Amino acid sequence: MIAGIELGLIYAVMALGVYLTFRVLDFPDLTVDQSFTTGAATAAMIILGGGSPWLGTIAGFFAGALAGLITGLLHTKAHINGLLAGILTMTALYSINLRVMDGKANLALLREDTVFTPLREAGFQGSFVGVLLLLVGVLLVKVLLDWFLYTDAGLAMQATGDNPDMIRSFGVNTDNQKILGLCLSNGMVGLSGALVAQYQGFADIGMGIGLIVVGLASVILGQGIFGTRTVIIATAAVIFGSVLYRLVITAALQLGLNPSDMKLISAVLVVIALVLPQMTFFKRWNARRKDREARKVQAGVEPGAGTPATVGGRTGEGR
Amino acid sequence: MLTITDVRKTFFAGTVNERVALDGVSLTVEPGDFVTVIGSNGAGKSTMLNTVSGTIIPDSGSIQVSGDQVTKLGEHKKAHWISRVFQDPMKGSSPNLTIEQNMAIASRRGKSRGLSLGVTRSRKQQFRDELAKLELGLENRLGAKVGLLSGGQRQALSLLMATFSSPEILLLDEHTAALDPQRAKHVTELTERMVAEQHLTTIMVTHNMEQALRLGNRLIMMHEGKILFELSEEQKAKSTVSDLLSEFQKLQTVSGEPTLDDATLLETVRVTKEGKP
Repeated sequence: MIAGIELGLIYAVMALGVYLTFRVLDFPDLTVDQSFTTGAATAAMIILGGGSPWLGTIAGFFAGALAGLITGLLHTKAHINGLLAGILTMTALYSINLRVMDGKANLALLREDTVFTPLREAGFQGSFVGVLLLLVGVLLVKVLLDWFLYTDAGLAMQATGDNPDMIRSFGVNTDNQKILGLCLSNGMVGLSGALVAQYQGFADIGMGIGLIVVGLASVILGQGIFGTRTVIIATAAVIFGSVLYRLVITAALQLGLNPSDMKLISAVLVVIALVLPQMTFFKRWNARRKDREARKVQAGVEPGAGTPATVGGRTGEGR
Repeated sequence: MLTITDVRKTFFAGTVNERVALDGVSLTVEPGDFVTVIGSNGAGKSTMLNTVSGTIIPDSGSIQVSGDQVTKLGEHKKAHWISRVFQDPMKGSSPNLTIEQNMAIASRRGKSRGLSLGVTRSRKQQFRDELAKLELGLENRLGAKVGLLSGGQRQALSLLMATFSSPEILLLDEHTAALDPQRAKHVTELTERMVAEQHLTTIMVTHNMEQALRLGNRLIMMHEGKILFELSEEQKAKSTVSDLLSEFQKLQTVSGEPTLDDATLLETVRVTKEGKP
């Protein structure tokens, strides 16, 4: 249970990265599946080479960001479809990750000093204090991301995913925004990979496979429950979703399912989270909520404007 | 201010669908000019506006803004001088961002965007003052998502966002066409007021001939990628909708095809029945 929460919190950094591309930029980025491993492999090699685990963790961020840069360039400069650009980078990264890991499929870090060593030695790992410390760390990443999205640069990035025509007409190069967003996102994913490798005590070439689904599950589950009214709420929901996802997995394992069934469960979870809102009951509930919100807005503007018109394609969707 | 010289644009060149959209268009717009543009469907009105805004790069010819050569610059670079309002009210603002965030984005038009907060207290006050000019009460709902506003409100907001950062050139692409008559009237009035207050150099494409005659100090009529004729301020004052209509009919007898799109015809029928200009 506690271990599940701890893992959920570390994976939440990855899920925040997925939120940035999937929700903010409206870009389904599959690079995640391997940039996670790139971050883990980079950190592991630095630690095994005697480097500082903190340096390894930061290097994991930049290695992931580099992977994002490649996807961004393929998509914007080479005009390759976003999904395909991600798949291409992901495929190429598999080979690169093996190179980084010196041809080995698995690197053990059990006897090395990691960023979690002080935690373990103090006996905090797996305890309430450990969870608290991890939570503080994740919240730091969240606050940084929130702050960025509220700056002039961050607002431009949000608008790039929301209404590219509009933001271009105000002088923003949407290509650059997408590249920057992909770098940041995959940087966070790489950072998360570096941390997971240190937490688990190994980096594995297959550790990232199917991870995009885990990220999506966290984003969709969390935001389905908490909503997306503001960025601050939306990112908090992602962290909550990530922890919830781990708890569901832990529960499934305790029910006697095989660890090898987890990918199936992840996929089913995402499908449920995507289908549920389409059911009549939830539709009605959602429509009522939207209507109330719109009425509140209209109450303050244009007295007697009649029914609020939430016209247009994407207005109904939250983020 | 704006000099368009012999601009040409052909779509799908070399294919069976080849279509000449701009066939040597030249136009000089002086500072403070308010040019209204009318013309039949496919006359090249929107294409001309799009080459000025940078959405479309012309095949040949040149475009200068205040002496700077901007022909080949992309849309986001031209935003330094030019702002625009789209026909679709949904296109001019970002639905998932709040009113104040949209205003913050607009206030940095064509400038670099750094890591300072987009919405600050002092900026909020400025946005509130600007929004009050719309007389829609939006200044009391700064934190509301734009997606919750009606089409008319969003178009009024788009207009404010395009104008309050004092662009050198304002482009309006049939920006009242998608609104119901009452909202269209409101947005038209706002346009008149904002352009007059800030002496904005403006080009407005419209299908509404009455509007084209009443607003602005120059009127140009386009047909098949060319500027057919221009009316100066004095000529405009003397002309009526039926004068313009007869010009269109002349074209029709030459080409043998109807030159007016349905929207323009309906508008014309409405205006002539009411017996106004």
